Amino acid sequence: MTDKDMRFDYLLRLGDNSLILGQRLAEWCGHAPMLEEDLALTNIGLDLLGQARMFLSYAGEVEGKGRDEDRLAYFRDTKDWRNLLLLEQPNGDFAKTMARQFFFDAFQYLQFEGLAKSSDDRLAGIAAKSLKEITYHRRHSADWIIRLGDGTDESHERIQGAIDDLWGYLPEMFDMDAVDDAMLADGFGVDVAALRPVWDDYVNGVLAEATLIRPADSWSVRGSREGKHSEHLGYLLAEMQFLPRAYPDAKW
Amino acid sequence: MDVIDQEHDELETAFQAKVEAEQRIEPKDWMPEKYRQTLIRQMSQHAHSEIVGMLPEGNWLTRAPSLKRKTILMAKIQDEGGHGLYLYSATETLGISRDEMFEQLHSGKAKYSSIFNYPTLNWADIGAIGWLVDGAAITNQIALCRCSYGPYARAMIRICKEESFHQRQGYDIMMTMAQGTKEQREMAQDALNRWWWPTLMMFGPNDANSANSAQSMKWRIKRQSNDDLRQKFVDATVPQAEFLGLTIPDDKLAWNDVRGHYDFGEIDWEEFKAVVKGNGLCNRERLQARVDAHDGGKWVRDAALAYAAKKADRKAKAA
Repeated sequence: MTDKDMRFDYLLRLGDNSLILGQRLAEWCGHAPMLEEDLALTNIGLDLLGQARMFLSYAGEVEGKGRDEDRLAYFRDTKDWRNLLLLEQPNGDFAKTMARQFFFDAFQYLQFEGLAKSSDDRLAGIAAKSLKEITYHRRHSADWIIRLGDGTDESHERIQGAIDDLWGYLPEMFDMDAVDDAMLADGFGVDVAALRPVWDDYVNGVLAEATLIRPADSWSVRGSREGKHSEHLGYLLAEMQFLPRAYPDAKW
Repeated sequence: MDVIDQEHDELETAFQAKVEAEQRIEPKDWMPEKYRQTLIRQMSQHAHSEIVGMLPEGNWLTRAPSLKRKTILMAKIQDEGGHGLYLYSATETLGISRDEMFEQLHSGKAKYSSIFNYPTLNWADIGAIGWLVDGAAITNQIALCRCSYGPYARAMIRICKEESFHQRQGYDIMMTMAQGTKEQREMAQDALNRWWWPTLMMFGPNDANSANSAQSMKWRIKRQSNDDLRQKFVDATVPQAEFLGLTIPDDKLAWNDVRGHYDFGEIDWEEFKAVVKGNGLCNRERLQARVDAHDGGKWVRDAALAYAAKKADRKAKAA
């Protein structure tokens, strides 16, 4: 892989994370437990979509093959997607959606704090702008973890179950591969492995306040960086990409 | 006439004089009970329409054909949720809670705009909803900006501003489709064919058959008749369709030099009645989606309340 290829891949990882989670949140539209939450989920979805567009546009320019944000979003199949496995997991109930959101918000906050100091001005700029949004996302999801955990017996049970179900998808977030190493050495990217202790502290604090139990690290799955995804991603893409794929000559 | 009746008559006379002097009625002002009830019915129906209206558009949010379109549509649907929230609050000033309004929606006692009982079948439907449905809504709502009830009039002014952006984005989608490939033009025409007549129905029955109109006009809740507003919409929209190169599905549509308006065919009032009664393609699904969201979300709302109570309790103990 050339340096250009690695930058392209790195930007795809960032853009794909935001796009896939934004797409999942769009599924909630009109169906949230309360109107205020419908607006909040849409708001977060819009932020993520905005991030995705900036990263994918940038990725397309770095690649230099004329692919714009839509070409990258609508004309790649499963194996070429680089989003974390966690983010493609189905919404489930509100507890599962919030647990997924919380784990990612806590991670993305730290990741973007680092990226805001990237030697690459454009990347640093996107990260700095997004960090303001993520600060709100993280507060929103942490508040819900606490309310659900320390709310009723039912909500406690549901959120604990959601956390247990998603726990094995989390280690992948902190993996460093050859691309990460090269981008870190470049000053372009961040050391996500080094974020783990800080993430743990933050997450442990919220879980404790929520009277929730941190699951044991018993299982984990990985592979998204090599395009090895869960079966859920294919369906998400089939739905998202339907129109441009069915009418490839059309402009929308 | 006893004293109470006399007092009531005086209040009603003063109320009517105030309305006719174009002064706004505010929540704490005296108002006839029927005026209050009419507003609750109309405003809650309006709020419900915003919320139910999120569903047919939400149907295409995950399939929007570009990231830009997805972003715009998501922002638009969010605006509608915001309008709903704003209208529920304005309705609450009349002494009804949001929960009571939901109850009325879910039991079928309260209505929402029938237009949302039609399905969105292709992407151009999202354009047609913005262009036609929001266009019709604006025509109605501009008239409501001068409604006699202050909170409703103010809500309408704010909402109209955002709606005109929605209409433009809808027209922009139609324009892109109408100038696009053969399939896209077909989708655009198909959408216009399906949405045209239901949109005209949004203005309600003909004036001669409109049960609530006369009283609402007297109270200045309503400022223009159903037929006048419908005509206004048709006159504004026909040239827009011509510009798109699309055909409005009405053989009788023709410019009338004498009237200075477009003549148009008769609405199928049987279809109108059938959909209002619950026999549109999507009535059951739309309502069920709202009931499911509400009932399915009860445990979340309960958790939030339970947590707030625990927090308050701990604070009290610590003090």
